Amino acid sequence: MSALTSLTLKAAVDGLEKGEFTSVELTTAHIEAIEAARILNAFIVETPDQALAMAAASDARRALGAAGPLDGAPLGIKDLFCTKGVQTTACSKILEGFVPEYESTVTSQLWRDGAVMLGKLNLDQFAMGSSNETSYFGPVTNPWRASGSNKALTPGGSSGGSAAAVAADLCLGATATDTGGSIRQPAAFTGTVGIKPTYGRCSRWGVVAFASSLDQAGPIAKTVEDAALLLTSMCGHDPKDSTSLDVPVPDFTQFVGKSVKGLRIGVPAEYRVDGMPAEIEKLWADGIAWLKDAGCEIVEISLPHTKYALPAYYIVAPAEASSNLARYDGMRYGLREDGANLTEIYENTRASGFGDEVKRRILIGTYVLSAGYYDAYYLKALKVRRRIAEDFDKAWERCDAILTPTAPSAAFGLGENSNDPIAMYLNDVFTVTTNLAGLPGLSLPAGLDASGLPLGLQIIGKPLDEGTVFSVAGALEKAAGFTAKAGKWW
Amino acid sequence: MTDHSKTIQGRTGPWEIVLGLEVHAQVASKSKLFSGAAVGFGAGPNEQVSLVDAAMPGMLPVLNGFCVEQAVKTGLGLKAQINLKSRFDRKNYFYPDLPQGYQISQFDQPIVGEGVVTVERDDGTTFDVRIERLHLEQDAGKSLHDQDPNATYVDLNRAGTALMEIVSKPDMRTSEEAAAYVKKLRTILVYLGTCDGDMEKGNLRADVNVSVCRPGDYEKFRETGSFSHLGTRCEIKNVNSYRYIQQAIEYEARRQIEILEDGGKVDQETRLFDPTKLETRSMRSKEEAHDYRYFPDPDLLPLILDPEWVKDLEATLPELPDAKKTRLQSQYGLSAYDAGVLIIESDRADYFEAAAKGRDAKLVSNWVTNELLSKLSSGGHEIANSPLPSSDIAQLVELIENGTISSKIAKEVFEHMWAGEGRPAEIVEKRGLVQINDTGAIEAAIDKLIAANPDKAAAVKEKPQAIGWFVGQVMKETGGKANPATVNDLLKSKLGL
Repeated sequence: MSALTSLTLKAAVDGLEKGEFTSVELTTAHIEAIEAARILNAFIVETPDQALAMAAASDARRALGAAGPLDGAPLGIKDLFCTKGVQTTACSKILEGFVPEYESTVTSQLWRDGAVMLGKLNLDQFAMGSSNETSYFGPVTNPWRASGSNKALTPGGSSGGSAAAVAADLCLGATATDTGGSIRQPAAFTGTVGIKPTYGRCSRWGVVAFASSLDQAGPIAKTVEDAALLLTSMCGHDPKDSTSLDVPVPDFTQFVGKSVKGLRIGVPAEYRVDGMPAEIEKLWADGIAWLKDAGCEIVEISLPHTKYALPAYYIVAPAEASSNLARYDGMRYGLREDGANLTEIYENTRASGFGDEVKRRILIGTYVLSAGYYDAYYLKALKVRRRIAEDFDKAWERCDAILTPTAPSAAFGLGENSNDPIAMYLNDVFTVTTNLAGLPGLSLPAGLDASGLPLGLQIIGKPLDEGTVFSVAGALEKAAGFTAKAGKWW
Repeated sequence: MTDHSKTIQGRTGPWEIVLGLEVHAQVASKSKLFSGAAVGFGAGPNEQVSLVDAAMPGMLPVLNGFCVEQAVKTGLGLKAQINLKSRFDRKNYFYPDLPQGYQISQFDQPIVGEGVVTVERDDGTTFDVRIERLHLEQDAGKSLHDQDPNATYVDLNRAGTALMEIVSKPDMRTSEEAAAYVKKLRTILVYLGTCDGDMEKGNLRADVNVSVCRPGDYEKFRETGSFSHLGTRCEIKNVNSYRYIQQAIEYEARRQIEILEDGGKVDQETRLFDPTKLETRSMRSKEEAHDYRYFPDPDLLPLILDPEWVKDLEATLPELPDAKKTRLQSQYGLSAYDAGVLIIESDRADYFEAAAKGRDAKLVSNWVTNELLSKLSSGGHEIANSPLPSSDIAQLVELIENGTISSKIAKEVFEHMWAGEGRPAEIVEKRGLVQINDTGAIEAAIDKLIAANPDKAAAVKEKPQAIGWFVGQVMKETGGKANPATVNDLLKSKLGL
């Protein structure tokens, strides 16, 4: 059945439509692949019975000629999305055993379009992390290994489970979320495609909140076209989310393969950071050359406030998180530890229920919002955020999309950075700016480093211009001809 | 202002009170401020709780437009600045009846800015209370500590209900003024229909800020706007009746004066009023005060109002108490006092206006404000569902106006009306209460009386006020139906007065 799991989402949907195989067959193949890959720890909850029931229902729909655009396609769901009747924990102890009575808007839309749920995917606890090591259920192992090495590598984070599952052919695509780079960095580390759309494209309703003004859902997929297919289904206005944008959702797949001739591609000087590996410099140069060959005009641009983005992000995101996570208090659901009085119950519950990284961010967030510090930190960070958005506004006068590397390195070893939060935070250096400015950003695999690990390029688009992002990504995908897969060692 | 500040004599000299109020008025809305859950009184515990109210993971607030409309209406009723751009903020603190771990409120950009309320004192004089702001916020749930000796239960029915917090400037100087302000505010809210004003159910409650200062200090504060001229204030939380407001203020002012006169310092703190012991006690000190870490709620967009929409809303406002009072005085010639009594509820004024059509309005006003209102209040009725329709009062007054009955008989008729015996004219007819205007019959009665009481008739010449006895006897003789004016005139001439 490995032939079925190695299909792209598009090819699988086409195969289903042509009757080459059934969704039950396709789903069974993926269930078997998941079972065989438990060592990766990508899935923390497997739902094979539900998957097969959904697959059978899909086959029945297709027989009636009522199949939706994703009908019968088995997907993995990041455990940040609430799924009705299926445990949803954000990979935290405090939500262990929590089973929502509701389905997130984004996943509802995927099921509406016929997709099949294989289970819930591992992530950094409450999406806080860049290596998947903060998960209460243990880290995910990257299916990729450096050539000639058995060293376990991180798939990145926070959507490490999503990226690893797609890279290891455990699902045809996965949902993910991105607050500072949590879709794009794992995509870059695993040779997959991930896109964070414009803030407000995807409803946040039913997605466990990390930092409300930055959180956006998006897909991780095997190809640019697959990502476009999934994103088209995931987007759409939702009156239950006040920040959801009431704008039409185009069929994003139509932009993939479209000519990029004449597009102006911005290359920001400030993204050439000190100590950037030569391989990443080269990858970036390759990307520029490929787009030039495809008829793009390359424009040097400046995003002068870039260096303040990471510090500003690590104020705004923890501030919002410190408040968003206040609801996990042991009173109504999830973990509750006993105590002699109310304060002790709170302290014991939250001390035991949250991991170190989550606690660190709650403390940072509480601090920056405190009386006497608010202006110096939170308010200042909001001002920086505005400057960063203005940087992009100015850049758009000169270019139609921006090309950068996705992450400053290839996948690193599990445990390598886990004792150095700052080194870990630096993973987001190229990705946080788009979250702060609310812009769409896509990462696609464009080459391998010397040890054979995938590297990603990032395309940043104008607000609501995912179409151009997909066109540029399609052109790069074609030119890069990236076909490498993780060698199957599990 | 100074004329009405009440001086409290202490051991070291006179003191004055300065009062500012934060009134929490529950928006008269069928659903909550950020969730579709129902709002209502009497539902079982936790029966009116949505996923949003219970702060389930991934739930998001969506602003209730109806509540926004009520807040703007109230702002217009308080003659206040409507802020076309406002914002919602999170006020962070932990408590079991606050499921989100924060209250969504408005911190530095409230929906309504400065306004003013004109308040009447009992002596008929008025004073202005400046409104600092009105903002929308969520109510918390209710912690029930008395259900179990070892546990606290939480009822989230109220959690997320929309409140308008109306903050006054420190413009009240006596406990009576504070109570009068809340009364007036309540009247305006009820007129607007934006809050039902039910204080017993806690739908209107006040946080009272009390401080004391020496005479002259308050005037300095008003001149300069600097709070340094005023004493340290204590906030008494959640007082929910006019009486409690007054009692809490009286106690608190004395407590502060005693501290100051003993050479102590008043601590800025939050206090609770205990209505059984009639005292306030510390709830938390400034040191224990929460750092609420207010910040803009990232789940909500700034609230932008269309000025045209506000204008249209303004056009739909009902006539408000002040305007109604002025109109009742000028249109019907009522006294300020009577008009004031009638406008306390718009239903009262409506009832009066319906009854006064084509009648002697002052007479109608007397009947409504005296007889009817006292009957209604002792029977526990609202005037809106008065057992006596306004047309009955109109008919009763008509019978007095056309001389069919005297005012005295009218009172008797009114008793029969209240007892449900029918319309006034029927009662007069059925009970034979028509006034005797026939001078012949009255003269006969007088002649008989004088003949039977020659000594009294003689004495009355010396003491003319003794005529009262004769009047009483004639009225008794005629069953009270004799026209009193006619009786008086005839008696005077027959007794030679």
